Amino acid sequence: MIVNQKKMQDLADNMLNAEEVQGRSLWADAAGRFMHNKAAVGGVITLLLIVIFTLVGPAFAQWSNEEIDWTVIGQVKTLGAPSIENGHYFGTDDLGRDLYSRVIQGTTISLMVGIIGSLVAVIVGTLYGAIAGYVGGRVDNVMMRLVDIFMSIPYMFVLILLLVIFGRSINMLFVGIGLVSWFDMSRIVRGQTLSIKNKEFIEAAIAAGVSNFTIIMRHIVPNLIGIVIVYASLLVPGFILTESFISFLGLGVQEPLTSWGALISEGAKTLQYGTLWQIGFPLFFFVITLFSMFFIGDGLRDALDPKDR
Amino acid sequence: MSTQKEKLLAVEDLKVYFDIYPPNSMPWTKPQKLKAVDGVSFDLYAGETLGIVGESGCGKSTLARAVIKMVPAEAGKVMWMGTDLLSSTKKQMQKARSDLQMIFQDPLASLNPRMTIGDIISEPLRTHYPKMSASERKEKVKEMMIKVGLLPNQINRYPHEFSGGQCQRIGIARALILKPKMIICDEPVSALDVSIQAQIINLLMELQEEMGLSLIFIAHDLSIVQHISTRVMVLYLGNVCEITTSEQLYSHPRHPYTQALISAVPIPDPEIEKNKEVILIEGDLPSPMNPPSGCVFRTRCPKAQAKCAELKPQLEDAGNNHQVACFYAD
Repeated sequence: MIVNQKKMQDLADNMLNAEEVQGRSLWADAAGRFMHNKAAVGGVITLLLIVIFTLVGPAFAQWSNEEIDWTVIGQVKTLGAPSIENGHYFGTDDLGRDLYSRVIQGTTISLMVGIIGSLVAVIVGTLYGAIAGYVGGRVDNVMMRLVDIFMSIPYMFVLILLLVIFGRSINMLFVGIGLVSWFDMSRIVRGQTLSIKNKEFIEAAIAAGVSNFTIIMRHIVPNLIGIVIVYASLLVPGFILTESFISFLGLGVQEPLTSWGALISEGAKTLQYGTLWQIGFPLFFFVITLFSMFFIGDGLRDALDPKDR
Repeated sequence: MSTQKEKLLAVEDLKVYFDIYPPNSMPWTKPQKLKAVDGVSFDLYAGETLGIVGESGCGKSTLARAVIKMVPAEAGKVMWMGTDLLSSTKKQMQKARSDLQMIFQDPLASLNPRMTIGDIISEPLRTHYPKMSASERKEKVKEMMIKVGLLPNQINRYPHEFSGGQCQRIGIARALILKPKMIICDEPVSALDVSIQAQIINLLMELQEEMGLSLIFIAHDLSIVQHISTRVMVLYLGNVCEITTSEQLYSHPRHPYTQALISAVPIPDPEIEKNKEVILIEGDLPSPMNPPSGCVFRTRCPKAQAKCAELKPQLEDAGNNHQVACFYAD
């Protein structure tokens, strides 16, 4: 009996002095689920390859994106086709400029538009929606009606006006997309905040005397992040498409800079001459980026809220 | 006996009304008032447990939340050690909050799923002592975890890795870490199974003795309330029916509503249970938007007379620490 008691005492001591156990956070769980989704992981790898291509690709280019190859001009159909010998790996465009360099440069701009647009949406939209939802009452009403009014203005119209008034520049395009990107996000976040703010852990924080701002930042935003990430990943292709559309109209980036939309637009114009590579290469990058983005978004949604599948 | 003790909390004529807008109303129409708590007064002494019982929707939780100002009160006073909390400044309130803590009904929902339990338990410390070093905080958290029966090496785990009973212990640790004087327990055991309920109740009673806590204990399980409470308050539709010591309440209930409640407590003995006389109350709970005139219980009361519809009975001392709000109390 005495031996047993000593054993029990030792066991109790061991338990108290045991090493700290590292918990499994909900993030770790979600990451595990994401890694098991083959399509999503494939999307991530494809996207990474494209990013690496835009970073490393210029080192192999023999022509810059604005140089005109005078030997090719006028005979683009025969001499401008993709070839390794003359350094035009992807061929040339109608003016004899190297398509390889132009696709790399266009990819950079299009990805940047997507990323900056969704960053603004995430930061502004999350804070705006979380504050409106948490404070509630009249503040919420004013803030959300304001968003309603903004949303009722056709944003393509605003974007085009901005570009016409302030001149076509890539910075103006960023500003324009940033201005309109966060409306939907703020609505989604507000809705989520309303459901989170009545949970008991928020009450517990209020009872402990935590300030409102800290409650939003410490308790509400981390519980929103899942939905915000999923939605942001689905927004990126939307912005790329918007920018492509604007560039397709001829209002986006300015020559000699280019983007996917501008490249596809040029390629579409010369389609009748049989220079298929001019539309083929930009379109290929455009399509695989959008596909991998959607696969990643899908994978994130499945990983972050497994209940809603 | 409790009169000699220090009076911590004195609630006087507390009223909590909620504005209810009728459906499809215009923005300028006046809202209707839902009388969730309608003139409740009680005292709480150091070291005692006040049980609050009543059926669903009678204002138990609202009353508790109004006391710590989580729900705005319409009128009344909440005197906490001499200062009125309802009219106090933010700074005074913040100071009082470190002495007033709360334990919630749903153990898992009351813990933020994205935070480790170490962060959860230390949150009140971080709020009230922002200068305390991280290591000192961790030390205190571990100490408290041992006290409530959790293993301190699990400090980095997340709430979803614990059972309901353990989650409630985490909630208790969070409430106790500031060494408060009073804890409001809002149905802390109704989401747990019976064996765990007993553990949590006994833990609360042990901690109460050790730390000299006062508890306000809300429940609708009468036998648990009897076990833990020094005094019990019975609420009906936002009004107090009866306040007395728990022995008095269970042996000699005087308000007709209390008598019906007590008679409905099941007894774990089929023989007695079969022959027991249960006082049945007819009808449904009236709407708190439009409570009956006079005594709110008169519409369902077996003893109601004409007088009950005209006058509202006040809480009257019937001696022996027994206060009843009924004209025809036994």
